[in-house]
Amino acid sequence: MIKYSIRRILLTIPLLLVVLSMVFVFVRLAPGDPAMAMLGQYATQEGLDALRKQMGLDAPMWLQYLRFLGDLLRGDLGVSMLNGVPVVDQLRVVLPYTLELTVSAMVLGVLLGVPMGVYTALRRNRSADYSGRVVSLVGISIPSFFLGILLLYVFSVRMDLFPVLGAGRDGDLGDRLYHLVLPTLSLGLIMTSYIMRMTRSSMLNVLNEDFVRTAKSKGLQERIVVYKHAFMNALIPVVSVLGIYFIINLGSSIMTEIVFSRPGLGKLMVLAMKQRDYVVLQSVMVIYATLAIFINLFVDLIYGLIDPRIKYG
Amino acid sequence: MKNDILLEVRDLHTHFYTDEGLVKAADGIDITIKKGKTLGLVGESGCGKSVTALSIMRLIQEPPGKIVKGEILFDDQNLLKLSEAKMRHIRGNRISMIFQEPMTSLNPLLRCGNQIAEAISLHQGVSNRDARAKAVEMLQKVGIPDPEGRAREYPHQMSGGMRQRVMIAMALSCNPELMIADEPTTALDVSIQAQILALMNQLKEEFGASILLITHDLGVIADMAQSVAVMYAGKIVEYVDVVRLFDNPMHPYSVGLMESIPKMDEVVPEDKILRTIPGVVPSLYNLPSGCYFQERCNEAFDACGKKVPPLIEIEPGHLLRCWKYGQQ
Repeated sequence: MIKYSIRRILLTIPLLLVVLSMVFVFVRLAPGDPAMAMLGQYATQEGLDALRKQMGLDAPMWLQYLRFLGDLLRGDLGVSMLNGVPVVDQLRVVLPYTLELTVSAMVLGVLLGVPMGVYTALRRNRSADYSGRVVSLVGISIPSFFLGILLLYVFSVRMDLFPVLGAGRDGDLGDRLYHLVLPTLSLGLIMTSYIMRMTRSSMLNVLNEDFVRTAKSKGLQERIVVYKHAFMNALIPVVSVLGIYFIINLGSSIMTEIVFSRPGLGKLMVLAMKQRDYVVLQSVMVIYATLAIFINLFVDLIYGLIDPRIKYG
Repeated sequence: MKNDILLEVRDLHTHFYTDEGLVKAADGIDITIKKGKTLGLVGESGCGKSVTALSIMRLIQEPPGKIVKGEILFDDQNLLKLSEAKMRHIRGNRISMIFQEPMTSLNPLLRCGNQIAEAISLHQGVSNRDARAKAVEMLQKVGIPDPEGRAREYPHQMSGGMRQRVMIAMALSCNPELMIADEPTTALDVSIQAQILALMNQLKEEFGASILLITHDLGVIADMAQSVAVMYAGKIVEYVDVVRLFDNPMHPYSVGLMESIPKMDEVVPEDKILRTIPGVVPSLYNLPSGCYFQERCNEAFDACGKKVPPLIEIEPGHLLRCWKYGQQ
């Protein structure tokens, strides 16, 4: 397990480097000149040159790349081109909002999706299974922002149960949670659908495995066969896709933050795109990519914990 | 019931209700297993051997399968009439089973020792610690070197032969009266096959258990069984002791099976190839009227197409289902 973990952790370094390089390239490939975007169309040539020099855009590409990596290593993400606030400070403000939303949606998805997947698998082709399949199909088909708008309309506008926008007062936990309910539902119910379908099919596969028959032939109770033998095995593929689902979840959270007017990475990114704030945009992309890599790392380490074939592989 | 009879299957019908239609996988099976003896169940793939075994264990997946008729008498009780709780007490305890695929028949997430100990602590009511000690003892009995160390290993750390030994250790751990072995050596290579069969025979003697041995390999039958039931398309076609079957097979299907074994003392001429039975097993969805074997039988005549022949005792202890040997 230790060997596996070390190898897996070391593997993230080249992966991180590749992803960061891609961010660097994409930002530079984007149309438009950052300096011109900042100074507007009436800028003088001298002004543009001066700004480019200040931003380091006059340096050769390889030097820019090395500076980009070096700055990242030192945790320096630059200064917003628009308001001069260091990007790190902006991220420090918005990141918790995005994390609380995506993590709580994921937790909801696991807590609902896994039991529902097991339940429908055990009642295969009966009414509970059919309705579960229909509901989860709707769940994975519906865009999260649309579900968000729907929830807002029903629970906030018509029933007046939840706030319409914002993320709650800072430092007031109750208020934060109160504001978190609907956004979490709009992301989490979709996660529930994904996880439920995955759990169901994985469980059905495992229930047909030979070792489940062996467990039954030992005279074990149905309950022990299902939970000790089948369920633990069914969990392996589910855990391995949770990382991917979390990343889908992270992507959907961008729209959800906008629908609910919540501060967060997504909102910051969209704003930066609108205003052509390349420095912020580049940083947000770096954060998303890094999060994705670390989520996958985390999932792989958990995977190693439950599957001895990896632990002792 | 006579004292030397351990298990008697009477007129067992197990059907599968599939989307394509009704499959009579076991269509009136009668077999008798004597105490301390091995009964071989032979036949081609899909003839209902495994279904018969799983029916005895009551492990037929329902739906699509269902035991629609028959009796399985074990120790004066009809297993088909037992409650699920009482049946669980018999499974793994008094009747245990070894499966064909050692590679997939063990739970990959649990240590081998624990998988054996699970059955022991369940049926014998001993502490986990004692159960684990017994598991190690069983691993030693089935000839696994370093049983203590192996008990802590996971299935993927063992070879197929080792895993099948673990399965046998598991099956024997509660001193069962009957061990059902469903093609226990089919997935193993030949030298390991011989070891596993010898081990099963040795342990059968030691524990005084009976074996229902399912196989399509007549060589295995010759080594292991005292009597043999030959199955074809869900029915038993010939049922006799192993000596008479090998000396003088009477059902054309049994004759065909015997002829398709390569013989050590007979040189096959270069222009001749090994004899085979022509044709394929009829689809169980669409069985011919009359004898199921008629289309592949070179001795078929009028009567064969009209009615399924009954299973009759043509000489003491020799049951046969064929029109060629008279009409009762």
